[in-house]
Amino acid sequence: MLSAATRRRAANWLDERLGVSAVREFLRHKTVPLHSATIWYYFGGITLFLFVIQVLTGILLLLYYRPTPAEAFESVQFIMTRVEFGWLVRSIHSWAANLMILTAFIHMFSVVFLHAYRRPRELTWLSGIVLLALALAFGFSGYLLPWNEVAYFATKVGADMVASLPGIGPPLARFLRGGEEVGGATLTRFFGFHVAVLPAITTLVLLFHLALVQKHGISVPPKLEAESRRRGLPIPQMPFFPNFFLRELMAWYAALGVLGSLAAIFPWELGVKADPFAPAPAGIRPEWYFLALFYTLKLLPSHVWIIEGELLGLIGFALLAVFWALLPFWATNRQGEIRTRLVTGAGVALLAYLSTFSALGYWR
Amino acid sequence: MAEDRRSLIRWLLGGGFTASVISFLYPAIRFMNPPRIPEAAVNEVSAGRADQLKPNSSTIVRFGNRPVLLIRVAEDEWKAFGAVCTHLNCTVQYRPDGHDIWCACHNGIYDLNGRVVAGPPPRPLEEYAVRIRDGEVVIARRV
Repeated sequence: MLSAATRRRAANWLDERLGVSAVREFLRHKTVPLHSATIWYYFGGITLFLFVIQVLTGILLLLYYRPTPAEAFESVQFIMTRVEFGWLVRSIHSWAANLMILTAFIHMFSVVFLHAYRRPRELTWLSGIVLLALALAFGFSGYLLPWNEVAYFATKVGADMVASLPGIGPPLARFLRGGEEVGGATLTRFFGFHVAVLPAITTLVLLFHLALVQKHGISVPPKLEAESRRRGLPIPQMPFFPNFFLRELMAWYAALGVLGSLAAIFPWELGVKADPFAPAPAGIRPEWYFLALFYTLKLLPSHVWIIEGELLGLIGFALLAVFWALLPFWATNRQGEIRTRLVTGAGVALLAYLSTFSALGYWR
Repeated sequence: MAEDRRSLIRWLLGGGFTASVISFLYPAIRFMNPPRIPEAAVNEVSAGRADQLKPNSSTIVRFGNRPVLLIRVAEDEWKAFGAVCTHLNCTVQYRPDGHDIWCACHNGIYDLNGRVVAGPPPRPLEEYAVRIRDGEVVIARRV
């Protein structure tokens, strides 16, 4: 047992070299607003936690996975049937990917409905949108890696959507596929994107996003801010450490519980090995987060006036994405006031569209 | 004078830095662009014995790098189409019940002449010529 004096000396030694007391001092002053909507503040942290789970389970999967059309499916099969806890690791990786995208969407919509995107947090919003796009890119690239039938056709469709964009589409699709068709070159590329390029970019953007959250602090809904001003009372705060930190830790535990249960009770299936010379199977559909796009493309006729339906759908989606990414800029009027009704209406409309079309895409 | 010298140095350093970044990026971008691999021109393939495919059934045949859907519509009626849906590149299939060609991805339907009957495909399927030569099915590109 170390004496108190020895412990103090060790702490001083470390403090002199690492500046721990400055961090402690910083944490002592950091607070989180406490109000009826505080619960929504936890979803960003849960998304981060699930990303860490992805990285850890992804590293484990790398020990056995082989990114070639001849071996990819068999290596995942080997992981799931022969490697101890392989089924669990792969199942956790797949479930965590889906839950991460779900919590990222919840986080994004909570930011919209609590109007946390407003000045000076425009760049925090934009970096968050980039992170969501990166999460979708992770999902799309990782989906192909088991080289199964559904993933093969999903990738064919996705790459062809890119190819149909005027001008930049065909060269970009060649770049993504590593050639003219989805094949071995695509698998190697997607593997490289999934395990090296995307994690590197995501880490940088994530650090930027977290630094901005740190710099601007946590936003309080404008309604509560106005009410506090009117009453002349400050908004109650809770210390970040340990109060909020421990609550966040509990939220992570809850997320881990949900994740572990889903992975164990509903292990992620592998399906049938991809065959480039077999027809697309009946009932084929993409992952749930692409279902709204999938169903919209299914509904569009072959031509709308002189434009191909597919191209029109893609242009529509691209415009919607740009409009949504620029939300903080159209959400404020010339007097600098937030158009809360307009933003809430747009948020409800988008949420209704995504959930309805995703449900229709799943069931019809 | 000192200002001029400073701006010249700034320009040289900035220009040198930009040029070096471009010289690093250019080969990396070219490297990422996949090389074009010339495909051997295939004009005709054998699809096996005619008696192996029953009337009102189909199979997918490899035509170079592309899949072709071969359909034996009736005893003496054969059809072949490029099996790639013109909508978003999925591989189509023949439906014996409906006597049509169906894409499972977005529910595109073509008739047995390759024309779009329903769904989002914007163009008809590419048709191939089918001949029976000494009991063997031969699929050829239409000239």
